[in-house]
Amino acid sequence: MSKVEVTPGLFSQAEVKPSLKATIAMALISLVVLFSFGIFGKAGDVRFVWSEKREVIQLPDLTVNSMLFCTVIASLLIALTLLSVVFNRMKKLTPIWLTCLFGFFAIMALLAWLATGAAQGVQMIFILSNTIVLAIPLILGGMAGIMSERVGVVNIAIEGQLLTGAFVSSVVGTMTGNLYVGMVAAMVAAALVSMVLASLAIKYLVEQIIVGVLLNVLVIGITNFLHSAWVDKDRVNLNFPGTFEKIPIPLLSDIPIVGQTLFDNRITVYLMFLIVPTLWFILFRTKLGLRARAVGEHPLAADTVGINVARTRFWWVTLGGMVAGLGGAALTIGNVGSFGREMSAGQGFIALAVVILGRWQPIYVTLGALLFGFTIILRVWANQVSPGIPVDFITMVPYLVTLIAVAGFAGKVRPPAASGQPYVKG
Amino acid sequence: MSKKVKALPAADSQANSVLREIMAGDPVRIGLSILLGFIIGGIFMIVFSEDVVDSWSNFGADPNYAFSAVWWSIQDGYGALFYGSIYNFNADDFISGIRPLTETLRFAAPLIMAGLGVALTFRVGLFNIGATGQIMVGLAGATFVSTRLELPQILHMLVAVLAAVLAAAVWGIIVGILKARFGAHEVIVTIMMNYVATALFTFFLREPAFLLEANGGGTPKSDKPADTARLGALLGESFNLHYGLIIAALSVVAYWWLMERSTFGFRFRMVGHNPTAAKAAGIKVENTFIWALAISAGFSGLAAANQGLSISGGLTTSIEAGIGFDAITVALLGGSRAGGVVLAGLLFGAFKAGASSMQVAGVSPEVLGVVKALIVLFIAAPPIIRAIYRLPKPGPKMIEAMQKAEKVSK
Repeated sequence: MSKVEVTPGLFSQAEVKPSLKATIAMALISLVVLFSFGIFGKAGDVRFVWSEKREVIQLPDLTVNSMLFCTVIASLLIALTLLSVVFNRMKKLTPIWLTCLFGFFAIMALLAWLATGAAQGVQMIFILSNTIVLAIPLILGGMAGIMSERVGVVNIAIEGQLLTGAFVSSVVGTMTGNLYVGMVAAMVAAALVSMVLASLAIKYLVEQIIVGVLLNVLVIGITNFLHSAWVDKDRVNLNFPGTFEKIPIPLLSDIPIVGQTLFDNRITVYLMFLIVPTLWFILFRTKLGLRARAVGEHPLAADTVGINVARTRFWWVTLGGMVAGLGGAALTIGNVGSFGREMSAGQGFIALAVVILGRWQPIYVTLGALLFGFTIILRVWANQVSPGIPVDFITMVPYLVTLIAVAGFAGKVRPPAASGQPYVKG
Repeated sequence: MSKKVKALPAADSQANSVLREIMAGDPVRIGLSILLGFIIGGIFMIVFSEDVVDSWSNFGADPNYAFSAVWWSIQDGYGALFYGSIYNFNADDFISGIRPLTETLRFAAPLIMAGLGVALTFRVGLFNIGATGQIMVGLAGATFVSTRLELPQILHMLVAVLAAVLAAAVWGIIVGILKARFGAHEVIVTIMMNYVATALFTFFLREPAFLLEANGGGTPKSDKPADTARLGALLGESFNLHYGLIIAALSVVAYWWLMERSTFGFRFRMVGHNPTAAKAAGIKVENTFIWALAISAGFSGLAAANQGLSISGGLTTSIEAGIGFDAITVALLGGSRAGGVVLAGLLFGAFKAGASSMQVAGVSPEVLGVVKALIVLFIAAPPIIRAIYRLPKPGPKMIEAMQKAEKVSK
């Protein structure tokens, strides 16, 4: 076979026309930061805390005037907006690094505004490391979503797979006394849920969304039953796994800010670091990934060149289930330390949203999931530093962002063409 | 597949035919699904019954006891379900004996109303998972009227119900517009709208200016609805059953008339069957989507009114009680028909009513969640039930016969 040409990224660039929508949104945000946080912001100082006490290298706290800081940030944001206008004039898309940088600055301004006058200041390590830990189930759920939607199967059952993983990892982890066994068991169990979905959707052509929804209901039912009829009666021996030990990576974990955030984590986090780039590489740089995407975009064409559509779909969806199971394990043995009823609490659905937000692209999906993780911790933290802030609106933000994204306000979002459509050979 | 089908933002024809198969569900298959659901649920109860485990670990000593323990665990569980949801033979008099049945009706009413809403969208070929959010918004509307306005008896209640319906309908229209004008997939939109609605309702409950109870603190909770706005007791004070049941009955009739008799419903069904053909016939498919989602949300709004106006204390978000999600299973089990939704609502209402007496009998009522999920899964996935019972696959002849039967029934 000759050399395979693999399209980089998700979209063929031809179909994306640069639009001013993103730039306008940036301009609006810049103005909000300038006026509500900066010029008419809160008087007083804000303290940025960069290091925790136990760290080797201590960075000094940064105390600045809140209004001054936010005004400076706002001018940076305006500069970035202008840069985006320049890109638009050159008929180019606003690059992703610019959007990320913009988001980072805007968030810093928000944090500064919230923590103005608060004694504890902006605890960067606390916020960042919690963001990552809370985002793990979303990221891994999102990877599961990518893996099945990329081959053309809509996986609404991620919620159920996360819950399965959470339950099985906790119970098996406790019974065997080995959390790694629990983790593997969680992955296998969630893959089984995926297999039910895959075989019903692919072989029997049952409507994928309905099967997905019902599998969620089934898993919720089963775990609720097992929890109350079995696990909860003997909590110590069945649902008390504890969590993985944190594994600080030598040297790297001593780097200020980054070290504590990224390199002093549990195995679930490190596995995420491994899975996301691997998935990206497989999808966009290998023959395997090209075939998978072909099946999801145009199954008939894929079939014609000899790719087994049904088998490809089945295994990708099943492997996706394994990844989601790991995400579920991250909920219990990677974070909380025991299983609670319906503890996935809609995170599988959020993962679906994140898949769309990240345009079926592992790296972008991860960024989207981090946004959701950040809002979860922001809600908790904001309530501490400035009580009375309407936290419910913070809760809403990522959902609204997703709605805006699916409605196509921020660039065209195009799912894999055959997503959700069963393929009948012949 | 032709290009024209793809041009429409509707479920493709394959999905529609699957939906039709679910809707056309013959009584035999439904009966077998329910039976199988209960059997598997029974197995769950047996395996996790402590008596059974004890008796089987001493099987050699007393085999009879082992077998009877199996039988008793089933009888305890499903017997308690019967006593708790239909008729309690242990009761002293008829009034308390029949009480469980009225409880079933009470729990069934909101399930039926929200189920009708979801069913309506199924028949237009849309997957509406948004009943939860629509109920939340409807609750906000109903609660605002019932706690913050002062109106005469009955009128107050009617205005509150109307507020719930309108608030929910607005939520549905937003989904409709995002679907019809922007081509966003309704599944993801409704899921997102659920979360936004829940957060919005919580915010309203937290704010003194909107719904927070008088002298309320940090917990998001409203006042109790004014007596003038409450849905009164239907069968006197000895029963919990209230006028929500009447609203449910009226909405069933309205749904039946709308879908089976009105031009509007004809358009809905036509779009559901084949959006391309409907478009060719001059139906504005996009507008039909918006109308369908608005009316569907209106039914969810009725369920919200039922919940928000029947409570004797203050409201929290937990008043939604998972009805929005259960509505999906009700609509699927009911085949999206008025009569089917009523029966499905009654079955799941009975599950809710019987849960407490199962708890008392020492059986985890959560097993009913498994039964419920299995029943609907078997019905939604005909191949499973066909494989288990070795039923024949519907061939062309059978489909023809079914279509004939459908014509006759119309």
